[in-house]
Amino acid sequence: MSGFFASIGLAEVVAGIMVLALNAYVLMGGADYGGGLWDLLAGGPRRDQQRELITRSIAPIWEANHVWLIVVVVMLFTAFPVAFSTLGIILHIPITLMLIGIVLRGSAFVFRSYGSRAASPRRRWGIAFAGASGVTPVLLGMIVGAIASGDVATAASRIGAASFRQVFISPWLAPFPIAVGLLALALFAYLAAIYLALEAKDDALREDFRRRALASAGAVAVVAAVALFVSRTAAPRVTFGLVSARWSWVLHLCTATTAVTAFVALLRRNYRLARLAAAAQASLILWGWAVSQFPFIIPMTLSIRQASAPEVTLVLLLVGLAGGALILIPSLRYLLRTFAGRAAETRAEGGAEEEDGGPPTR
Amino acid sequence: MSDLFAARTQMALSLGFHIVFAEIGIAMPLMMVLAEWTWRRTGDDVYLRLAKRWAKGSAILFAVGAVSGTVLSFELGLLWPRFMQFAGPIIGLPFSLEGFAFFTEAIFLGIYLYGWDRISPRAHLTAGLLVAASGAASAVFVVMVNAWMNTPTGVSMSGGRVVRIDPIAGMLNPSSFPQGLHMLLAAYAATGLAVAGIHAAILLRKPDARFHRRALVLALVVGVPAAILQPISGDVAARAVAIWQPVKLAALEGQFDTERGAPLRVGGWPDAGAARTRFAIEIPRGLSLLAFHDPDAEVRGLTAFARENWPPVRPVHVAFQIMVGLGTIMAVVSLWAVVVAARKRDLATQRWLLRALAVVTPFGFIATEAGWTVTEVGRQPWTVQGILRTADAVTPMPGLVVPMLTFALLYLGLGAIVVALILGMVRETM
Repeated sequence: MSGFFASIGLAEVVAGIMVLALNAYVLMGGADYGGGLWDLLAGGPRRDQQRELITRSIAPIWEANHVWLIVVVVMLFTAFPVAFSTLGIILHIPITLMLIGIVLRGSAFVFRSYGSRAASPRRRWGIAFAGASGVTPVLLGMIVGAIASGDVATAASRIGAASFRQVFISPWLAPFPIAVGLLALALFAYLAAIYLALEAKDDALREDFRRRALASAGAVAVVAAVALFVSRTAAPRVTFGLVSARWSWVLHLCTATTAVTAFVALLRRNYRLARLAAAAQASLILWGWAVSQFPFIIPMTLSIRQASAPEVTLVLLLVGLAGGALILIPSLRYLLRTFAGRAAETRAEGGAEEEDGGPPTR
Repeated sequence: MSDLFAARTQMALSLGFHIVFAEIGIAMPLMMVLAEWTWRRTGDDVYLRLAKRWAKGSAILFAVGAVSGTVLSFELGLLWPRFMQFAGPIIGLPFSLEGFAFFTEAIFLGIYLYGWDRISPRAHLTAGLLVAASGAASAVFVVMVNAWMNTPTGVSMSGGRVVRIDPIAGMLNPSSFPQGLHMLLAAYAATGLAVAGIHAAILLRKPDARFHRRALVLALVVGVPAAILQPISGDVAARAVAIWQPVKLAALEGQFDTERGAPLRVGGWPDAGAARTRFAIEIPRGLSLLAFHDPDAEVRGLTAFARENWPPVRPVHVAFQIMVGLGTIMAVVSLWAVVVAARKRDLATQRWLLRALAVVTPFGFIATEAGWTVTEVGRQPWTVQGILRTADAVTPMPGLVVPMLTFALLYLGLGAIVVALILGMVRETM
C-alpha cells in the first residue's frame, strides 16, 4: 500500500476526482436510465401509476444529473488529452451510438412531457424514451469494458496496420465489454427500482418496485459473476487487480457486505438503508474497476501520468473544480431537497397536465 | 466524399443545429423571468400564463440544446482527436467553467419548472434569474474556446512542439471579448425578435388578444436593445478580425488586392480563380474606414497571402453579406419599434410594424448561422489559426460519411419535431 500512496501525484488526484464525477453520474444519471427501463417493462394492474411515478421522479432532475457526464468528458480532455483522443479514435462507433441514445432519450422524454396530450404520440415517445434508456447504459458499460480489457491500447498501436474490424470494432464488440454493458444496465435498473420504491407513496406501488429491485439485485449478481468469469481471459489486468492484488480482498469484502445489506434491507422493507447500501455497492464496483487498472488510464500502455496535461492545467482545473463545487453542492442540495420524496405530488406547471391550456382571456 | 469533408460537414451540422437551441436557451429564460416579475408586480394573470408558456418552451428547447451540446463535446474527440490532444489542456479551463455554468442552469431550470408551488415567490424568481444568468455565462465561456481557435494565445511552440502553455492567457485571447459580446447580443436579438414576430403575426389576425399584446411587448424588451446594439458589436468584432486575422477579413469582404482606401463591397460574387469580386456595389473607402477607422488605411488583400492559406472565399463573403444584411434589417425594424413606443403609440395597432416584425421572425437565426459560417469557414484551412491545419486534426477513422449522414437524419427529424411542437403550442394560445 505504501507504494500506492507514493505514486499519487497531481495527475492521480485529478483522475480520482474524475472517477468521483463518474460515480455521481452512475448514482444519479444511471438511475434515470434505470427508470426508463422500468418504464419499458412497466406492467401489471398498476402499469400507468408506475410510469407516472417514474416520469415525476425523473422530470425535475434528469438534466442536472446528465451534466455529470459532461463534467467527466471535460475533465478527461483537459487533464488527459491523449487518453481522450485515443478513445475518440478507437471507440468512435460505440461512443456515437451512445450519443444517439442520449439524444433520443432526452428529447423523447421532453416531447412526451410537453408535447401532444393525445395518447398515441405520448406512447410513441414513451417507447423511444424507454428504449433509448435501455440501450445507452449498455453502450456506456461497453466503452468502460473495452478500456479495461486493454484492447483499446492494442488497437491504437495498430491503426493503419490492421483491418478496420480489428482496430475499430473488435475492441468493444467482444464478450467482456458486452458483459460490462449488461452489468451497467442491471446496476442502473437496480438503483432505479430502489429509489422508486422509496419515492412511491402508495404501498402497492412500492411493492411493485421492491419486487423489481429484488429481481435486479439477482441480475446484478449473475451478470457480475459472468463479467468476472469472462475477464479471466479477456481482461487479465482487471482480473489480476480484482482477484490477486493484496488489497483486493478488502474491496471484495466491502462490496459483498453492501450487496448483502442492500438485499436484506429490501427484504425487510428498510428502503433508506437499501438505497444507501445499493449506492455503496455500485460505487465500490466502479472504484474496483478504477483501482484495478491503476496506474493506467488506458491499460496497458498509457499511464495516468503519461497521459497528463502540463501541471499548470491540472492546477487551474483543480482550482476551477473547487470553485465550481462551492456553487454546485449547495445548488444540488437545494434541488434534491426541493423535490426529494415528493415525486407523487410533483407536477410541472405548464407541463403535460397544465390547467391553463384553454382559450386565453381576451 | 472525403473523410475530412464528411467530418467538417458533421461538425457544421452539429454546431448549426445546437446554436439555435443554445441561443433560445440563453434568451428565453430572461423573457420568462421578465414575465413572472411583471406578474408579481402587477398581479395581471396574463403575465403568469405568459411566464408558464415561455417556461414550457424553454424546457423543450433547453433539453434538445443540452443533448445536442453533449454530442458536440464528444464530437471534438470523435472527429478532431488530434486537435483535442493539442488543445485540450489550453481550452479545457473555459470548457470546465462552461460545464459548471451549464450545471447551474440545469439545476435551477428544474427548480423553476417544477417548483412553482414549492418555494417562495422570491426564491422562484431568483431561480429563474440564475437560469438566465448561467445560460449567458456558459455562452461566454464556450465562445472563448472558439475565440482561442481564431487567435490562439498562451501557447509557445518550438519546432512544431508545444513548449509552454498558459491557459489563462488562452482564455483572455483578443477575440474572446468581441466574439462573446457579439454572440450574446445575437442570442437576445434573434430570440427576442423571433418571439415578437410570432406574436405580431397573431396580432395581425386578432388585434385585441391581450395575451399576445403583452407577449409582443416583453419579447421586444429583450430583442430590440440587442438588435440595435448588435451592429456596434459587429464593428468591434470585425476590427479584431482586421487586426488578428487579415486573411479572414479579406475573404469576408471579397478583397483580393492590397490597397489603401479600400472600398466596402455590398453583395457581390467573389471569383477566386480570377482574383476579383464581381457585381458588388462598392462604397469608396468604406472598408478602410470601417475596419481601421481611417479612410486611407491599407487593407491587405487575399493575394498578399499564400494561396494554400486562403479560406473558401465565396461562401465566406456571401455568408458575411447575409449576416450583415439581415442584422441591419433587424436593427432598422427595432429602431422603428422604439420610435413607435417613444411616441406613446400602441405597438399592437401599428399594422405595418407588425408585418415587418412577422417577416423578420427567422432573420436572427439565419444571421447567426451565416455568422458562424463566416467565423468557421473563414478560419480554414486552419482549426487553430496558424498552428494546426484542419486536415491534420481529423480522426484517422475511415468511413466518416456514415456518422455524418446518421447525425444529419437525426437532427433533421428532431428539428421537424421541435418545430411541430412549438407550432402546436403557439396554436393553443390562439
